[in-house]
Amino acid sequence: MRWYWIDRFVEFQSGQRAKAIKVVSLAEDHIHDQYASFPIMPHPLIIEGMAQTGGLLVGEHSGFKEKVVLAKISKVVFYGDAVPGDQLTYTTTVDDIRESGAMVSGQVHRGDELFAEMNLVFAHLSTGHEQRTLFEPKTFVKMMRMLGAYDVGVGADGGPLVESA
Amino acid sequence: MVSKEEIFAKIQEAMVDALGVDDDEVTEDATLVGDLGAESIDFLDIVFRLEKGFDISIPRGELFPEDILTNADYIEDGKITAAGIEELKKRMPFANLDEFEKNPVVQDFANLLTVADIVRFVEIKLDGAA
Repeated sequence: MRWYWIDRFVEFQSGQRAKAIKVVSLAEDHIHDQYASFPIMPHPLIIEGMAQTGGLLVGEHSGFKEKVVLAKISKVVFYGDAVPGDQLTYTTTVDDIRESGAMVSGQVHRGDELFAEMNLVFAHLSTGHEQRTLFEPKTFVKMMRMLGAYDVGVGADGGPLVESA
Repeated sequence: MVSKEEIFAKIQEAMVDALGVDDDEVTEDATLVGDLGAESIDFLDIVFRLEKGFDISIPRGELFPEDILTNADYIEDGKITAAGIEELKKRMPFANLDEFEKNPVVQDFANLLTVADIVRFVEIKLDGAA
C-alpha cells in the first residue's frame, strides 16, 4: 500500500485553492480495518487526504523549498461515513501563508453532499537548526505530476502551473 | 478606536477556536499554557487568528521572543540572565515579568503569558497602527 490519500487533482490554483478527488474502493485494506464486516473509510484517513491536498498546495507556494508538516487540526466535523463506491472531493482554500506556516480550510463532499469540514494548520519546519532533508523538492514535483496537478493547475501569474525547478 | 472589551471578546473567541476551551475558561488572568492547555504549535494558530481578527501583522518572535530563550548569551544554568530579562522587558512591554524575574527559570517562561497580556499586546499593536 502506498501513502496516497487522493487520486487526482481536478483544480489547482497556486497559493490559493485546490480540489482533489478520491475514489473509495473495497479493494483497499484500510476499509476493512475499523469494523468487521462493515467497510467504511476511517475518518483520520479522510483528514490525511485533506492534509495532502492542502499540504501540496502550501508546499507548491514555496517551490517545495519549505518543509511543510501538518501541525494541527483546529477543527473537524464529519456528517457521515464514506463507503466503497463513493467519490470524495476535497476542496481546500489557503486562509493564510506566512513565514512560520499556513492555515487552510477545507470541505469534503461525497458526490454533491457536504460530508466533512475542517481547518488545518501547517508549520514550516525551522531551517535554523541543523536537520537532515526529509524529502527533496523533486519528490513532491513527481507526486504533483502523478496527481495531474500540472494538467489542471494555474500558476500565481495566471498562466499554466509549471513544475518547480 | 476598538474598546478593550471588544479586543477581549475577539481574543476570547480566538482562544476558544484555537484551544478548544469554553469561553468562561478564558478569563483575563488565565495562563495560555497552564490554564488553557496551549502547546507550542497553538501559538502559531493563535497568531494567525489574531492577525486575521484584528487585521494586524505579527512577525515571528514578537509575541513570544523564542530567540532570547535560545540565545546562549542570555542563559546561565537554565536561568535567564539580568541582561536577558532587560531584553525581554524591551521586547515584551505587554507582559508582566515581575514574578518571573524572581526566579527566571527558562522552562517556566512558557507559562508566563496570560490572556490579559495578549489583550495588552493587541492594544499596543493597534495603537501603533493608528
